[in-house]
Amino acid sequence: MSKPHVIIIGAGFTGVATAHDLALRGFDVTVVERGPFVNGTSGRTHGLLHSGGRYCVNDQESAIECIDENIILRKIVPQVIEPNGGLFVALDESDLAYAERFAKGCEECHIPYEKLSGEQALKLEPNLNPAVKLAYSIPDGTFDPLRLALAFAATAKSNGAKFHLYTEVTGLLLDGKGNVTGVKVWKRATGEKEEMHADVVVNATGAWAGQITEMAGANVPVKPTPGVMVAYDQRLVNRAINRLCKPSDGDIIVPQRRLAVVGTTSFDAEDVNYIPVFKDQVQLMLERGAELVPAIRRAKQRGAFMASRPLVGSGTSGRSIARTFKCFDHKESDNVDCFVTITGGKATTLRMMAEKTADVVCHKLGISTECVTKETPLLSYREFYALPN
Amino acid sequence: MSETKWNVTLLIYRQKGSQSPHYDTFKLEVDPDEYVLDAVERVWAFHDRSLTFAHACHHSTCGACGMRVNDMEKLTCIVPIRDVTADGGTLKIEPLRNFPVISDLAVNMASLYAHMEQVGHRAVLPLSEEPSEPGVRPVAKAAEDDYIRLADCIECGLCISACPISAASAPYLGPAVLAGAQQHGLDGNSDLLALVDCAEGMWRCHQAFECTEVCPSNVEPGLKIMQLRQAAMRQRIKHLFGSKK
Repeated sequence: MSKPHVIIIGAGFTGVATAHDLALRGFDVTVVERGPFVNGTSGRTHGLLHSGGRYCVNDQESAIECIDENIILRKIVPQVIEPNGGLFVALDESDLAYAERFAKGCEECHIPYEKLSGEQALKLEPNLNPAVKLAYSIPDGTFDPLRLALAFAATAKSNGAKFHLYTEVTGLLLDGKGNVTGVKVWKRATGEKEEMHADVVVNATGAWAGQITEMAGANVPVKPTPGVMVAYDQRLVNRAINRLCKPSDGDIIVPQRRLAVVGTTSFDAEDVNYIPVFKDQVQLMLERGAELVPAIRRAKQRGAFMASRPLVGSGTSGRSIARTFKCFDHKESDNVDCFVTITGGKATTLRMMAEKTADVVCHKLGISTECVTKETPLLSYREFYALPN
Repeated sequence: MSETKWNVTLLIYRQKGSQSPHYDTFKLEVDPDEYVLDAVERVWAFHDRSLTFAHACHHSTCGACGMRVNDMEKLTCIVPIRDVTADGGTLKIEPLRNFPVISDLAVNMASLYAHMEQVGHRAVLPLSEEPSEPGVRPVAKAAEDDYIRLADCIECGLCISACPISAASAPYLGPAVLAGAQQHGLDGNSDLLALVDCAEGMWRCHQAFECTEVCPSNVEPGLKIMQLRQAAMRQRIKHLFGSKK
């Protein structure tokens, strides 16, 4: 019997991680992506490997996912991670009032933490605002977004997965009963059009998921929620610096290579193909960032960019939507068979999102194979190019 | 920050499949503080969905968006439009040289990645080996412990596009790769020494230093090639005196 064939739409974090998982489980995998790797939301992240601290009070399901996956990624892909930890710092009375809830949240979500005095925090990070009153040290980290995706793609490729970049899905192939049998693609590099057939099509297009499901007359409750990030040309800190408060605008500074990135904002958007960088939001990042690390004002802006989070939910908006993910079997939700959508989630949880998606695909095809991605170290990201096509 | 708007003309290199290349013109209203990549992405979003270009992080950590802008290699996500043209001016955008063109502005950098793997360039390394600011000692986590950071080189290929030797000789390893070998270190690594101490290795460099000129990430490949030569000479002298290392 030939291997079942799965087409994955999208080479963002979820797409490449799902390709890796399914290839390990013995599937024949093809990834189609309209641009290069991680050109949408995944690439445009500040690169925080979440400890879960940011969500341990308001969104504990996401917080637990984050700390579990943080530990796994440090093991399987250390080549793209700065594993230096993070601080949640209290600068004023209102931050201090949040401290107890934060510590309780960390305990409830099994996030290891250490309480530090302001003096201890300043010793670790001399560029912190000297007004720091208290800090919690937690296991945050930083990752390189392109290389994280490439490491998953390289390992998937070594297990037989095929990647077609610059290949845009223009429609879905349907049987007479409305079920999905493949994709129609437009190869942007050559102008050619093609049809590709599959046993299951996985829609891993994140904030764009609704545009793909529409092609099959199906729906997903994805709410694209953009935010701005601003990069400065000095590293200034070695740990991720979070404000000890509820998630809010400009509450984090993430060091990375020689840079520091301040994020972020949160607003609703409809068309996510081009979100302009709003100058007032850039200014806000500078002001909020300078509260945490005043030296940001002496650094030079190096880049500013927008990314659209693919939040899953309806009715509420922005910050109050949970950051967890959801996998939809469209047979159950829309009576469209052989079609699965994975969306929501965070970069940190890409492996877990892939595991759940691969489980759904296996279940649909009546296949029982175990997920082994937790224990499988990834190949060097450069192997994606070193391996023959 | 200003609210000024500029009118600029983007003259973009186009190439699809086996068709012969040509240039397309797009007129755009831009904010001069926007980055060149923002303008290119807007051409794709609003004018021509067939435009093919590489990009990912939009803040100079991934190295995907290298292009030639008005005949100079640039990492387009961090180059403000005001730095490379004026109101009413032109932005000529072309793919990097010395790599095969996939289509339009996207090039295939597989050879660079494969060579960086071959020379063992470390993607992450202790901060003490690659300090953030020259001469600044990092604060250590603990006496025996060090911070880990992503390396300076982002494998963007700008140096290889700008290098006159890479243009003249395809087998030449090129500045990023030789700098990668220097970062890895030659000590006790005879395979690496053999790879770089040869005709298409570090001796091919004519010290034009175009690589250092265009490097957006403080790698200074030109300097690293000179340091690599010194390290190789030290190895040779050691061998002369009978060291097997």
